[in-house]
Amino acid sequence: MSTKLEQAVHALKEQIDAPVASFLSSCVHCGMCAQACLFHTETGDPKYTPILKVEPLRRVWQQEYTFWGRMKKMFGLAKPITDEFLAEWEELVYDSCTMCGRCSMVCPVGNDITYMIRKTREGMAVSGHVPDGLVGATTRAVTIGSPMGVKFVALEAQIRHVEKDYGYKVPVDVEGADYLCMLSSMEIMNFPEYIGAIAKIFDHADVSWTLSSKAFEATNSGIQIGVSDIAAELVQRIVSEAERLKVKCVISPECGHAYTAIRWEGPNLAGKKFGFKVRHILEVLDELRQEGRLKTEGMKDNRLTYHDPCQIGRRGGVLEQPRNLINMVASDFVEMPDAGKMNWCCGAGGGVSTNERADEIRLKSFQRKKEQLEAVQAETLVSACSNCRIHIEDGLEAYHMDIPVISLTETLAEHLVDKE
Amino acid sequence: MTELEFLSWVRGPGFQIATVIFVFGIIVRLLEIFLLGRKANLAEANGSEMSGGMRAIFSRMAPESDTMKRSMFTIVAGYIFHIGLFIVIFLFAPHILFFSDVIGFSWGALPTPVVDMTSVITMITLAAVLLHRIKDPVMKYLTKTQDYLVWLVTFLPLLTGYLAFHRVGLPAPSLLALHILSVELLMVLFPFTKLMHAFTFVLSRWYNGAISGYKGVRS
Repeated sequence: MSTKLEQAVHALKEQIDAPVASFLSSCVHCGMCAQACLFHTETGDPKYTPILKVEPLRRVWQQEYTFWGRMKKMFGLAKPITDEFLAEWEELVYDSCTMCGRCSMVCPVGNDITYMIRKTREGMAVSGHVPDGLVGATTRAVTIGSPMGVKFVALEAQIRHVEKDYGYKVPVDVEGADYLCMLSSMEIMNFPEYIGAIAKIFDHADVSWTLSSKAFEATNSGIQIGVSDIAAELVQRIVSEAERLKVKCVISPECGHAYTAIRWEGPNLAGKKFGFKVRHILEVLDELRQEGRLKTEGMKDNRLTYHDPCQIGRRGGVLEQPRNLINMVASDFVEMPDAGKMNWCCGAGGGVSTNERADEIRLKSFQRKKEQLEAVQAETLVSACSNCRIHIEDGLEAYHMDIPVISLTETLAEHLVDKE
Repeated sequence: MTELEFLSWVRGPGFQIATVIFVFGIIVRLLEIFLLGRKANLAEANGSEMSGGMRAIFSRMAPESDTMKRSMFTIVAGYIFHIGLFIVIFLFAPHILFFSDVIGFSWGALPTPVVDMTSVITMITLAAVLLHRIKDPVMKYLTKTQDYLVWLVTFLPLLTGYLAFHRVGLPAPSLLALHILSVELLMVLFPFTKLMHAFTFVLSRWYNGAISGYKGVRS
C-alpha cells in the first residue's frame, strides 16, 4: 500500500463516529435513496445510488470497526481498498453528488447519507482523487482568498460602481459595526446588484454594517473538496476579521454552501464557539421584517415561485423566512411540488459547478428542476443562492426556457419605499 | 441421531448456543457503535437535538408523498412483511407460550387461522421482494450475497413453521426440529448481518433527526 493510500485510509478511519457506524449498520439495501437523488432519477443509472457513493467509507468502517470485518480482513477475505477503487469512486463522490441532503430525508432506517459523503470526501482528497476544477478553486481560495481568484481590488471597483449606481455608501472595515456582511465571488463578479441591494436595505432599516477588505469571501472550497485543515483556515479568516471589527453578527450571503460552512461547520472547524452570531441574509431580513423595519410598496403580480437552496433550507433550517419575505412583494406566489425541505437540488452545489468535468451530468439532472417549474408554470423564479442562480440560468438556456431568475434580497430592495 | 434426539438437541444445547451468539453479538455490535462516540457540536443551536431525534424515530414511518410515489412497492411490501413477521413471531399462541417460559410473562394471541393466513401473506410478500431485488436495476446493482443470505434465513423459519403447523412431508418432531433450527440459524447470523437494522434503525433515525433538529429542520 502506498503512503498516500495509507493516509487516505487513515483519514477515512478518523471520520468514522457513532452516527456513521449506526448508519452503515442499518442499511438494508432497499434502494430508496436512489429515488431521492436527481443524478439517478434523471439518468436512470443505478451507479448513482447515494448509499453506494460512500463505499470507500463503508469498507474502512467494516474492516476497522466491526468484529466480522476485522476477521475477514485478517483472513484476506475483505475487499481491499486500492488506488484503482478510489479512482473509480471519484466521479461518484464529487461529480454526481451536490451534498443536497435529499437522500438523507427519505432513508427508511434514517441514514444521513450526505453526512457520510462529506466525510468520504476527506479520504478522497488525501488520496489525491479529486476533480481538477475543485483543486484549482481550493488553491485560489487559499492563496488569493477567493475560489474565483477575486482580489479586494476587484471588489473595490465593484463597490465604486455600486455606490455610483445606487447612491448608497458601502462601508468597508468599519470597527464596531453590528453586522459583518460576507459575499461570494459569484456575487462580486456576476451579481454586484446584491451589494447594491444590501446597501439600500440596510440604509432603509438603519442597520449598522460593514464589509471587510481582508475577509469578504464566504464560500469554503475546503469543505467541498473535503480538506478540513483548509476549510478551518478559510473559516478562521472570517473569525479573525469578525473579532477585529468587533461585530455582533456575521451575515452569510445568498449562497447555500457558504451558509453551511460558516454557520454549521464553522465553529466545529475553528474548534471553538463563536463570540458572534452567524445568520443568513434571509434570516436578517426576516428579523427586520418582524421588527417592522422594512416598508415595501407594490407587488409583483406575475406567477412567481421560490427555489429552496438545499444548504439554506433542508440542510440549514431557513425555510419560513424566504416565504415571509416573498409574501411582502409578490401577489401570485406559488410553491413547486416538493418545495421546502424536500425541494430538489439545482444540481450544481457542493463543488459540482466548479468541476467542468461534471457539466454534462449537471445539465442532464436539471430536467428535475425543469419539471418542477413546468408543474406550476412559473413566470419568475426567485432564489437566494448565486450558485443555484447561475446554474439555473444555464439550465433554462440549455432547455430553451424563458424564465427570469432573480435574487430575493434584490427583489426586496426594489420594493422598498423611499426613506423620508 | 434419532428424530427425537435431534429435536432435543435443537431445543437444548442448540438453542443455548444460538441465544448466546445472538445476545452477545448484538451487545458487541451496539458497543462497537456507541464506543465510537461523536464530537460535541460547537455551532449555536437553532433547535433541539433530542426532540428532532425522537421525532425522526417515528416520522420515518410515514414517507413524504414524492417518496411514496417513487418507492411505492418497497414501502408497501416492506410494511406488509415487517408487520407480518411481527404478528407471526409475537402473536402466535405457541410462540407466546415459548416466550413466557423464557421471560416469565405472556400476552394475548391472535386466532391461529389469522396467524396462519398472515404467514402465507408474508411469504408471498417476501417472494415478491426477492423478485424485485433480482429484477429492479437499482436493487440488482446494490445487492450483495449477504442480501440473499439474509432473505433466506428470514424466509426459512416462516416456511418451516408453516410446514410444521400443517404437518407436511415429515413426521411432526422432525418438522418442529427443522423449524427451531431455522430460527437458530437466523439468530446466529443476526449480529453479523444487516439484520442488525432491527436494533440500529432506532439509533440511525435518532442521529439523523438530531443532526437536522439541531439546525431547526424536521427530518
